[in-house]
Amino acid sequence: MQVIVAEDISKKYIIDHQKAMRKSSTLRDTFSEKFKHFFGKGEQDEVEKEEFWALRDVNFTVEQGDRVGIIGHNGAGKSTLLKILSKITEPTGGKVTIKGRVASLLEVGTGFHPELTGRENIFLNGAILGMKRQEIKSAFESIVEFAGVEKFLDTPVKRYSSGMYVRLGFAISAHLSPEILIIDEVLAVGDADFQKKCLGKMRDVSESGRTILFVSHNLAAVQSLCNRAFYFEHGRLKMQGDTTHVVNNYLSHVAKTNLEHFWETPEEAPGSDEVRFRTVRIDPEYQGGKHYIDVTTPVRVHIEFWNMAERADLNLSLHLYAFTGECIFNVGTTSQSFEKGLVAATLEIPGNFLNDGSYVISIMVVKDTSTVLFQLPDALAFEVEDHREGVTWYGKWPGYVRPQLNFQISQSEVLV
Amino acid sequence: MAYINEVVIEAGHGAKNYWKDLWKNRELLWILARRDLSVRYKQTAIGAAWAVLRPLATMAVMVFVFEMVGKFEGDAGVPYPLMVLAGITIWTFFANTFTQISHSILLNSNLVTKTYFPRLIMPLSSVLVGFIDFAVSLGLYFIIALWKNHLPGLEIIFLPLFVLLALLTSLSFGLFFSVLNVRFRDIAQLIPFLVQIGFYACPIAYSASLVEASQDAWWYDLYYLNPMVSIINGFKWSLLGDGSFFKVSSLYSTVGVISVMLLISVYYFRKEENSFVDYI
Repeated sequence: MQVIVAEDISKKYIIDHQKAMRKSSTLRDTFSEKFKHFFGKGEQDEVEKEEFWALRDVNFTVEQGDRVGIIGHNGAGKSTLLKILSKITEPTGGKVTIKGRVASLLEVGTGFHPELTGRENIFLNGAILGMKRQEIKSAFESIVEFAGVEKFLDTPVKRYSSGMYVRLGFAISAHLSPEILIIDEVLAVGDADFQKKCLGKMRDVSESGRTILFVSHNLAAVQSLCNRAFYFEHGRLKMQGDTTHVVNNYLSHVAKTNLEHFWETPEEAPGSDEVRFRTVRIDPEYQGGKHYIDVTTPVRVHIEFWNMAERADLNLSLHLYAFTGECIFNVGTTSQSFEKGLVAATLEIPGNFLNDGSYVISIMVVKDTSTVLFQLPDALAFEVEDHREGVTWYGKWPGYVRPQLNFQISQSEVLV
Repeated sequence: MAYINEVVIEAGHGAKNYWKDLWKNRELLWILARRDLSVRYKQTAIGAAWAVLRPLATMAVMVFVFEMVGKFEGDAGVPYPLMVLAGITIWTFFANTFTQISHSILLNSNLVTKTYFPRLIMPLSSVLVGFIDFAVSLGLYFIIALWKNHLPGLEIIFLPLFVLLALLTSLSFGLFFSVLNVRFRDIAQLIPFLVQIGFYACPIAYSASLVEASQDAWWYDLYYLNPMVSIINGFKWSLLGDGSFFKVSSLYSTVGVISVMLLISVYYFRKEENSFVDYI
């Protein structure tokens, strides 16, 4: 059964350029604009309004029991879509038909009042999410237990730690029993333990045959939880289908990479009188039909440069930096004597070495192992995506490297 | 599934079951009102005593200024302080409720941007809060009336009518301003000013019988166009007895103004409520 049918939905916002800093216009502005308009002015001299389509002609259907992951860049229209499906805002055009009770969770702890106690807020938030008083009462014990706030039930939530606050918020929404559950990025908050709890709860919900729409930037979680995915770009539904397929496509489109530079002649190439770069390039060895680099993908770095001097003792030095600026490693070639002409070098970075994240490579040409002839900072940039197998935890994997080391575990003695 | 409720989301297509939805969400109405009430006196030393203290203090000031300094007098047979207290009681009900309704959408903007429920819940819960405050003030009035030995007579059976009219006045004007307030923050500046003007334009600290002397003046009809004038007169009359001035015929225009305003406001509110989130 089709539980959600969206036909040509669009949402337009008017962006006010001149008054971008102001939250809303004032009466005076409206009057003066009307006034100008009335006298035929104002249209040519100040073009201040611009249309912005947050969603444009979006069509899709969702079957009962589907778990749909919604992915895309910030500003691609994902949240706008959820707001329309939740009836928080109405579309400018198009139509959505929804069958079944919808609960949307766009925020954890919506409407919590800081002055009220945990107990009072459970009833307040429950009612806001559309639960009946009786439903909340019967779920009360279980909510308190899930959140682990027994001792602080009669403390105002303004005294809660942020962790407790979030746990209580999620615990309440986890006890909603809708036919369609809409969730926006709840996993962005809370610690690893809490995220695991959330995902576990969402899996329970999906196994009971209910429909889930799930927006997240955590692609690993989307892949594990969802059977279908929608990929949004600039307000349009760019692709929909099987999760792995859509996620692969998304990743190969969006990675902020700078995988290759090539200069035809030394004149246009970066360098000095002694050396000029010709090529810097990253060759990933994609595996398993992927078109993006993940933590398992081996990568080769190719470098080629012109030696402009008659004869020189040269070596290359390569720094790999994390996005945050820390240097992960620095490797150098041996120093060799080169004639005037082209020199090529290759560095292999194995798979299962770098952790997921963004990396930048900088390359130096060094003479006589002591003088830097030229440095190409930010020569290349690439992103390593996450990849998990055999784990049910989707928090950010810590560390800059993620090596697969020989780490054995076995039972050494059985207690009888 | 035993039944499937189907929802159609479309531009300009307010939910078909809006009023049914509103009724289903009546618990939320209560809970929001309770939140507003219980939050108000948190971290205060004397707590809910403020609810009594404030109207009492206002009355003391009024009596001092108008009776002792200004030598104002009430209608014959009506104690001046009681007249002022009755006027303040109903006026405060109107003014507070009107102000709270006007701000109700903005104050709950965190709910408006993150969840759906019929938006009318918010102004209606403000009405509830205002009504509960009013009940406290009215209780206070009866205690003082007992002390002054001027308890109401049979006219009191009409009291609920005037309370209802005051409630509808605050709702009809408040709703309109609450919608405007979402887009134009000027309204937030304007409201205290309007309430202040209203305080003098309405027969609170004086008896409306004084106005009768100016029946031929150009502003006389305008004066009665203000629905609160006849509501206050009626409210005073039902509490203070026949001696208190009240022109029954003035109720016609009052009911007319309220009805028209209520229709306009509800229509305007329903038309705009689905786009609150885009402007808030």
